[in-house]
Amino acid sequence: MPEQAATLTSQQKTTSRRPAGTLYRGREGMWSWVLHRITGVAIFFFLLVHILDTALVRVSPEAYNAVISSYQTPIMGLGETALVGAIVFHAFNGLRIILIDFWNAKYQKAMFYVVIALWVVTMLAFVPRHLINVFSH
Amino acid sequence: MTSTIEAPRSPYSRAPRSRGVNWEKWGWIYMRVSGVVLVVLIFGHLFVNLMVGEGVSALNFAFVAGKLTTPFWMVWDVLMLWLALIHGGNGMRTLVNDYATQRLTRGILKSAILAAVVILIVLGTLVVFTFDPCPAGSPADLLPSFCPAS
Repeated sequence: MPEQAATLTSQQKTTSRRPAGTLYRGREGMWSWVLHRITGVAIFFFLLVHILDTALVRVSPEAYNAVISSYQTPIMGLGETALVGAIVFHAFNGLRIILIDFWNAKYQKAMFYVVIALWVVTMLAFVPRHLINVFSH
Repeated sequence: MTSTIEAPRSPYSRAPRSRGVNWEKWGWIYMRVSGVVLVVLIFGHLFVNLMVGEGVSALNFAFVAGKLTTPFWMVWDVLMLWLALIHGGNGMRTLVNDYATQRLTRGILKSAILAAVVILIVLGTLVVFTFDPCPAGSPADLLPSFCPAS
């Protein structure tokens, strides 16, 4: 099922100069895949830490507040910006993968640029507000 | 003397799958279904915790206590916990299968992923459902406003 959806049409194979038969080798198809993996790993390791720090609410208010205050420093504020950037890319590109698999692989390249555009818009809405919250307290 | 020559470029034959559940297929489906749900859950989580009010600067025990005593957010957080950890664990399993070439390395790494996922799901679920927003003996200024004065 996924292989079939990801196979290019014969017309595309003959007119394209990149390796035929897959959209995951070269150019937009490959780089979106690389970014999806890197952001996925980063988010996974943050998730492990994030569950442990949140679990401190079960220890004591002091313990939780001590750890969460380290998330409110400027350096961690920049880290949170990177984290949200990774999550937003992974989310939108994940929806792109679903559309490639269930809708139409023909538009994967265009959809990659839609993902980037949506990422920019979302980050424009998030980053200024978040940095003001971090740096004005 | 006769010898049989295989037809060139014929696909190599795979042993026919024996009966049973096709777990790789269900894993593939799970990534897509949980992914869609997680987009909603995590975007909502980030919006409420980082965008509303003073965002990350407003986070403390009292804020979390307010959320973890609201059934809506308890369900939200537990769903997010289970869906995200299994989604992330399965994704990491895919990477290990792709990049770890030794059978033993793969086994160790996948066992570690499984252990981390199981332990954190149990821990997180216990935290949400056994949470005490007003622990005895804690300073009142750290507790949510609904706690009785001690």
